[in-house]
Amino acid sequence: MEKAVLQLAGVRKRYDSLVAVDDLHLSLRTGEFLTLLGPSGSGKTTTLMIVAGLQEPDAGTITLNGASVARQPPYRRDIGMVFQSYALFPHMTVRRNVAFPLEMRGLGKAEIARLVDEALELVKLPGHGDRLPRQLSGGQQQRVALARAMVYRPALLLMDEPLGALDRKLREQLQLEIKRVHRERGISVLYVTHDQEEALTMSDRIAVFNHGRIEQIGTPEELYDAPATRFVAAFIGDTNLLSGRALAVSDGICEIETPAGRIRASLRQPIAAGTPVTVAIRPERLVLTSLQDGGTGLRGSITDIIFLGTARKYVVRLVDGTECVVLRQISDPAFDLGDATVWLSCPAAHATAFQA
Amino acid sequence: MSNDGMTSWRIVRGGLCLLVAVFLLAPLVVVVIISFSSAPFLQFPPPGLSLRWYMQLFSTPAWTNALVVSVEMLVPSSILATLMGTAAAYALVRGRVPGATFIMACLMLPIVVPGMITAAALFGVYRGLGLNGTLTGLVIGHTVLNLPYVVATVSSALRVQDARLEQAASTLGAPPWATFRRITLPLILPAVLSSLLVAMILSFDELIVSLFVSSARVRPVAVQMWSNLMGDFDPTIAAIATVCFLFALLVLVADLALRGGRSRRLT
Repeated sequence: MEKAVLQLAGVRKRYDSLVAVDDLHLSLRTGEFLTLLGPSGSGKTTTLMIVAGLQEPDAGTITLNGASVARQPPYRRDIGMVFQSYALFPHMTVRRNVAFPLEMRGLGKAEIARLVDEALELVKLPGHGDRLPRQLSGGQQQRVALARAMVYRPALLLMDEPLGALDRKLREQLQLEIKRVHRERGISVLYVTHDQEEALTMSDRIAVFNHGRIEQIGTPEELYDAPATRFVAAFIGDTNLLSGRALAVSDGICEIETPAGRIRASLRQPIAAGTPVTVAIRPERLVLTSLQDGGTGLRGSITDIIFLGTARKYVVRLVDGTECVVLRQISDPAFDLGDATVWLSCPAAHATAFQA
Repeated sequence: MSNDGMTSWRIVRGGLCLLVAVFLLAPLVVVVIISFSSAPFLQFPPPGLSLRWYMQLFSTPAWTNALVVSVEMLVPSSILATLMGTAAAYALVRGRVPGATFIMACLMLPIVVPGMITAAALFGVYRGLGLNGTLTGLVIGHTVLNLPYVVATVSSALRVQDARLEQAASTLGAPPWATFRRITLPLILPAVLSSLLVAMILSFDELIVSLFVSSARVRPVAVQMWSNLMGDFDPTIAAIATVCFLFALLVLVADLALRGGRSRRLT
């Protein structure tokens, strides 16, 4: 196990009757890019604010670089923070903005000038130093904010939906920039977003938040292929959710009866036979056949076909009315709208059953 | 028809505006003209022009002393009110002060309570402290009176200002005082200076508290004008009124220039 730069244990925060963060445990490895992902109000931003020291937790410990910082104000914590609203100082030029944290640390003039140049170089904004923030575009402002938050090489960089206010194209470009800066500087990043695509693109690990708790923490692949809860399965990527009832359970594999037929799925937690369950299957894991294979499979008919270039997307209406999306490679056998009955199947390893 | 209606409405509207302007400006114009009169009594139009009342004004010890007292009073009181009011506004808007709304309401009291009550209360308290008739007493009284204007102006400027800038400064390693000096203060400076100027005008013009607290020896301009008007008066009063008007005008122009320059730079 590598050294942890940040550790949260038993952190709690409530606003009046609302529990914003509930008994949170989290550990960030040195150099890691960890994303807190979740819908709005799930506690991810509150968690970030608590790490920054901008909000006080009701309970719990926060350890930064091995020292407890729960009682430290933000300016004594060795952190950098990038806000969604950029929060650049409007009355200072870009250079003065980036120099600000260095001046606060009492560095010499020459040293400050050198570090500011280096930071502006890193975010590809040399030559913009004498402009005021309002003379820059949103994307440029966010680069300045990034340069300002890391010019003093803090132990931990916090980013609160930093790309939320930018348009899609710029967002994708800046995602790559931030990744590059992360790689080149080897800085530890705690990143907050509600955009699951962004989280999947950028993160080493993702913590999925819901109702103030972490539903699952893992690599993007783990979350995508093996969601631990129904919420994670539905929140990350596209998922088909089917209702059914558990029949027989053995070796973590469960046979499930649905109104459209039987299917086998793996279990994340033990479930007794007879329990109602929800099965989550990714569109690209479903296999389309015209004949039933070995007693399992879901029966339905194709209602729509969307050609995507490298793949085809089939919308299949099961006999009970549930709609399923199936994604097949262009090299797979093609089906037509007219094909009366099709069967959907999936290897048990790629279907996950949760208690409904 | 409708066009005619529009036209007559325009005429009525124009007439109303003109009347308002005349009512506001005419007395001022008359006073300024009379101050240059050569006649020994208030007469309009003046029979001739002269500067004798200005000479009279600046050679009469009662008036020159009053001018000195006014300046000695308004400079420290407006500065004190601005410092204290800005600090109070910052604490109440940004800090987590228990009962902030109540404290804010208390600071606003001098505007709400009739001036006579405030003046009588100050007089009563000063009697015990021996502050009646002293410059210190006047300075304290005017500081109290001006405080609400400063608190109101500065706190509304603070509310408009994004508090996240201060949070950002804090995460970048700036302790509270450095954050205030380097980030908050430069951004609310126009409001702070503006309330300083308003406090100066209000203080120069204030009569009731000054009347209660001042004495024959320590007597600001407003009180001197009041006692002059009570007795026999000559166009000297018009000359001092013109000086007061000029002072207020200068301060207003300074304020406008300050705001104009700021907003041009910050938008």
